[in-house]
Amino acid sequence: MTHPSHSRINSDLLRPILQTSWKFYALVTVLGGIVVAALIAWLSQMYFGFGISGITWPVYWGFYVTSFVFWIGISHAGTLISAILRLVNAGWRRPVTRCAEVITVFALMIGAMFPIVHLGRPWLAFWLFPYPSERLIWPNFRSPLVWDFFAINTYLTGSLLFLFLPMLPDFAVVRDKSTGLRHRIYSVLALGWRGTPKQWHRLESGMAIMAVAIVPVAVSVHTIVSFDFSMAPVPMWQSTIFGPYFVAGAIFSGIAGLLLAMAVLRRVLHLEAYLHPVHFENLGKLLLVMALLWGYFVFNERLVTYYGNEPSEMAVFWRTQRESFAPLYWTMVIGNFVLPLVIMGVRRFRTITGCVIASIGVVVGMWLERFLIIVPALGHKYLPYSYGVYRPQLVEIIIAAATFAAMALLYVLFTKLVPIISIWELKAGEHPSPDLMPPGNEEHRLGELHL
Amino acid sequence: MTRRESQRQPELGRGVKAVYGLYPDGASAQQAVNRLRAAGVVDADIAIQSAQPMEDFEFGQRDKATWMWWLACGGGLVGMMSALGLAWLTEVSWPINVGGLPIFAWWPNLIITFELTMLGAIFTTVVTLVITARLGRRSTIYDPAVSDGKILVGVTNPPDSAIGDLEKALTAPPGAELKKI
Repeated sequence: MTHPSHSRINSDLLRPILQTSWKFYALVTVLGGIVVAALIAWLSQMYFGFGISGITWPVYWGFYVTSFVFWIGISHAGTLISAILRLVNAGWRRPVTRCAEVITVFALMIGAMFPIVHLGRPWLAFWLFPYPSERLIWPNFRSPLVWDFFAINTYLTGSLLFLFLPMLPDFAVVRDKSTGLRHRIYSVLALGWRGTPKQWHRLESGMAIMAVAIVPVAVSVHTIVSFDFSMAPVPMWQSTIFGPYFVAGAIFSGIAGLLLAMAVLRRVLHLEAYLHPVHFENLGKLLLVMALLWGYFVFNERLVTYYGNEPSEMAVFWRTQRESFAPLYWTMVIGNFVLPLVIMGVRRFRTITGCVIASIGVVVGMWLERFLIIVPALGHKYLPYSYGVYRPQLVEIIIAAATFAAMALLYVLFTKLVPIISIWELKAGEHPSPDLMPPGNEEHRLGELHL
Repeated sequence: MTRRESQRQPELGRGVKAVYGLYPDGASAQQAVNRLRAAGVVDADIAIQSAQPMEDFEFGQRDKATWMWWLACGGGLVGMMSALGLAWLTEVSWPINVGGLPIFAWWPNLIITFELTMLGAIFTTVVTLVITARLGRRSTIYDPAVSDGKILVGVTNPPDSAIGDLEKALTAPPGAELKKI
């Protein structure tokens, strides 16, 4: 394993920005087409009304809220993982952090869109915004939905800044390597970055402070998303375990999303010299830990419900265990627990391909988990008058599926504008501080996660 | 001179005269800094620029002291007070009975308070960074070669009488490339 020189780092990581092939346009066209299809589906929902979706009494939260929770969960890939790795000064984080932080920002944007998509009259979305009015919406800080508003916006703002600040030195590199309009644009984006010792110290101090601030915010976001459920009197929702259960699931799905993104980037942008198998292996170990943690939470949730034997809860319990939702439930268990445990638990399967297979299982499993928390419980509440069935319709399926295309599209566009691996952090890794990183073998240089 | 070449010329603050050296590694840059000091240049007048943090070297430790952590705490405090004020003012002004909770209920308000505290700290950190790192200002010498891994060490506005000594100091370390503007 060789470490590329500075000029090679520059040329490798700036290549996607400075050179554009037809494949880029083809990919943007395909992904953009899918996103446009979703926009048409959404417009048709506005025009024909919410009746064309499957959302009806008593299941008012279907694919849209599932997608909302899922994408907010995926957002935990980035800023949280990146912040933790920064705080513990894990050397192997350097090529990974930006890939992860970008996922956070885009996943939050996609997730935050769903409360609007879920409205029958989205042009009146401003009614949801907190402002004093005669409808008395604003002052209700005791509503979990208002908590959501504050938590998601704080996390999005913090994540955007956490992503943007370490991009300044890289914008300066693009500025110095480009001409014409691109040079002018990146000169503005670089904010006059020069790389003085003072600027480096302030940037590193700023990133450290933000990392400290962003970790609890990330934890709070998914805890608060879980409060949307656990504050409601719905069978199997009112649980004290929901906060950590949701946070663990979010980090779990986030790691899986990050592994998939890294594998695609490595292949498409030819980043083999930067994203090494050891990065996948380390993240694969984290995936394994989170799979075990997820299994622990599910076991807790299920055992306590079973032992309590409360009739309305047991009805939902059996719906997922062995009735209509059982195929989805057991697919979820295989994707979230069995697959990662088998693949990531065996060292020789912990390859890039193995990580990709396990991650696909986790992404599918976690989407199903969100769905299975929401729909079976809402369709079978305490009294028979509130029993019902949810059948997702084409409009919901298109919009939910298109979110993956939207994520890919945003990611592709981002890699066209910004180096997807932090150039300066990579170079800084070539100048390890003797106190922090003693000279050693290649494994030492990348850091080793001992589990 | 081509357009590309003209755009890659060193950028310069208006009316600034400078002499600087470009060095291939931290050790020679450190030598240049030491020699400039020996020539009587004070640290505040020595400009250093690099493409990555150079904390392995003494010159990379300059200007490390910062109040950023304290200012971030202050920002967090402002955020916290704003959240409490906002919650109290609006809840008292538009009272609603929510499940028998008090009109101003501490537990649910702690969530908003926490989020705005963190937001206050984050915003303050960014503002402090922009101001103290002097971002957005064109005031010093710069050379695009820094992006290629060279380390720039130089002096801006040197007195004419000292230029000879400065050139001597800057060219002494191995691999030095001297430039004058």
